[in-house]
Amino acid sequence: MFSQYIQVVKTAVIALLSNKGRSFLTMLGIIIGVGAVIVIMAVGAGAQSLILNQVKSLGTNLIGIIPGYSEEDGPPASVMGIVITTLTYDDALALKEKKNVPNIEDVVAYYKGIGTLNWSSNSYDTNLNGCSSGYIAVEGGELESGRFFTEEENRSLTKVVVLGSTVKEELFGESEAVGQRIKVKTHMFEVIGVMAGRGTVAMQDYDDQVFIPLKTMQKVMAGVNHVSMIRAKIDHEDNTARALEDIKITLRERHEINDKSGKSDDFTVRSAAQALDMITTVTNALKYFLAAMAALSLLVGGIGIMNIMLVAVTERTREIGLRKAVGAKTADILSQFLFEAVTVTSIGGLFGIVGGTLLSYLIALVAKFLGYDWAFAVSLSSVVLAVGVSMLVGLIFGLYPARKASRLEPVEALRYE
Amino acid sequence: MLIDIHNLKKEFKTGEVVTKVLHGLSFVIGEGEFVAIMGPSGSGKSTLMHILGLLDRPSSGSYTLAGREVSTLSDNELAGFRNEKIGFVFQAFNLLPRTTVLENVKLPLTYAAAKVDMDKRAKEVLSSVGLSHRLHHYTNQISGGEKQRVAIARALVNRPSVIFADEPTGNLDSKSGIQIMEILQKLNDAGNTIILVTHETYTAEHAKRIIEVRDGLLTRDHKILKRRFAHEGEILK
Repeated sequence: MFSQYIQVVKTAVIALLSNKGRSFLTMLGIIIGVGAVIVIMAVGAGAQSLILNQVKSLGTNLIGIIPGYSEEDGPPASVMGIVITTLTYDDALALKEKKNVPNIEDVVAYYKGIGTLNWSSNSYDTNLNGCSSGYIAVEGGELESGRFFTEEENRSLTKVVVLGSTVKEELFGESEAVGQRIKVKTHMFEVIGVMAGRGTVAMQDYDDQVFIPLKTMQKVMAGVNHVSMIRAKIDHEDNTARALEDIKITLRERHEINDKSGKSDDFTVRSAAQALDMITTVTNALKYFLAAMAALSLLVGGIGIMNIMLVAVTERTREIGLRKAVGAKTADILSQFLFEAVTVTSIGGLFGIVGGTLLSYLIALVAKFLGYDWAFAVSLSSVVLAVGVSMLVGLIFGLYPARKASRLEPVEALRYE
Repeated sequence: MLIDIHNLKKEFKTGEVVTKVLHGLSFVIGEGEFVAIMGPSGSGKSTLMHILGLLDRPSSGSYTLAGREVSTLSDNELAGFRNEKIGFVFQAFNLLPRTTVLENVKLPLTYAAAKVDMDKRAKEVLSSVGLSHRLHHYTNQISGGEKQRVAIARALVNRPSVIFADEPTGNLDSKSGIQIMEILQKLNDAGNTIILVTHETYTAEHAKRIIEVRDGLLTRDHKILKRRFAHEGEILK
């Protein structure tokens, strides 16, 4: 029995080697398909780790509160374009009180908008970030020059503004900005500080915005009383669960919600860890979707295999007849041709893995060269998947030609010219 | 009796058209015989050989091979029977390309159920046809006569009950043809049953008995009185 397998392998190798060019071209479809899957999985994993690391760098001890109820893992209600006005700055201040949420170190409340800035003859459209004075304490960031506004300036609706580094560059160029007066929409503001450049982290550009005291933003610019988000920084990541509960209890009390199940909440509380999970889920979905797209080319490669195997069966009709004449059973011929198809796709798969890995490594090198914190990771699972899928493609697309070969009548096959 | 056919008929259907090829043949062949099946092309002798060699099935009639009724066997049972009981030598040699002489001869053994030392067995039969020096040559590196000797070795390797030789000298020059007939006669002398299919009277006369087939009917079945013996110097024509 064992020697029969050796014979099958030998025959397959001889058949493949006798048509080297054709075998290679047939493999090409599989090579490209498997290579593409490997590259996309590796690049996807690299990009994912990049995003996750950036989000982590913002701090994993942050908790966000947004208005409106949303499902556990679903999108927040505000994404749907619904404006919910239940969350206020007083809520934020209440959370900061130690008797309510002892683990909170500081909070910042936001009301954001967009607007045009004017200075001298320069004009620039940017994001108006109305925030309370706890911004730097919660979100981090450094001042390049000047200072951030105080809680007193916030409360007294002072028209002061802190510029992001991009905005400073666009409006003032090399000139000194601090102390200058600029027009924000229709109001005159005094520039009291400029933030140091921070770059784009987790798809958010930290430099293309200006900071305006929350109250000024609410009353003077927008005429509203609610906030769009509250961010709280807690003392340690380990206390997240407790802080989340305390925040919910405090807000329910303030909003007079008696339902403790959370179903009636008019707010949503999420920790950074939950956000990380969500980002992972989303990026995973994206990664696998792209990999599935790449795997489609495996299908095309498989059809190529089937095509060439059908040609091989026709070419080798007399050989099949002879084998049957000397005692080969239907199953022997079937397994012979199936093995050949699987051999082609498996070798193609191996080439694809090597090629895909090299390409992924190259991409990682380029990304690192460009200054990204990029991890080169070809996961074992993607390699196993690629090998498995390419063998499966061989089995599936080799089956029809192999069946055709095995069902040839010996007399007909021997007579074939 | 090794082979016993009774009222064997064969017809082919191509769409609506039915072509009758064998019209009811009956004969027996015993062990150790050397029979030539003769007939012009279109006589049905090839179809008869295919049925006797279990490559094809009769439309009706009975066929007993080595005591077993074989006309009702399944495809896989037939494959097993061909492997164990029958050796084929074809006019076109039908050797595997890009494969060595030794591998070609071992081929039937790879499909055999019984385990044997394949290399040893293959080398034995190759030496009996005088090809010990060609074991590792590829089949495209040897002459036509040598190819047919490889085919004979392949037919012998699983020790069959009967060897079918279908126009074995048809593609060979006269000298190689004589060598092949000589080998077949020696094999018969050693006790092997041989059925030779040919359209040449001269070649057929190397056998001991001739069965003549014409238009699907057995026209003559007789012993050869003046049998020819293949030897060096004889001219096959």
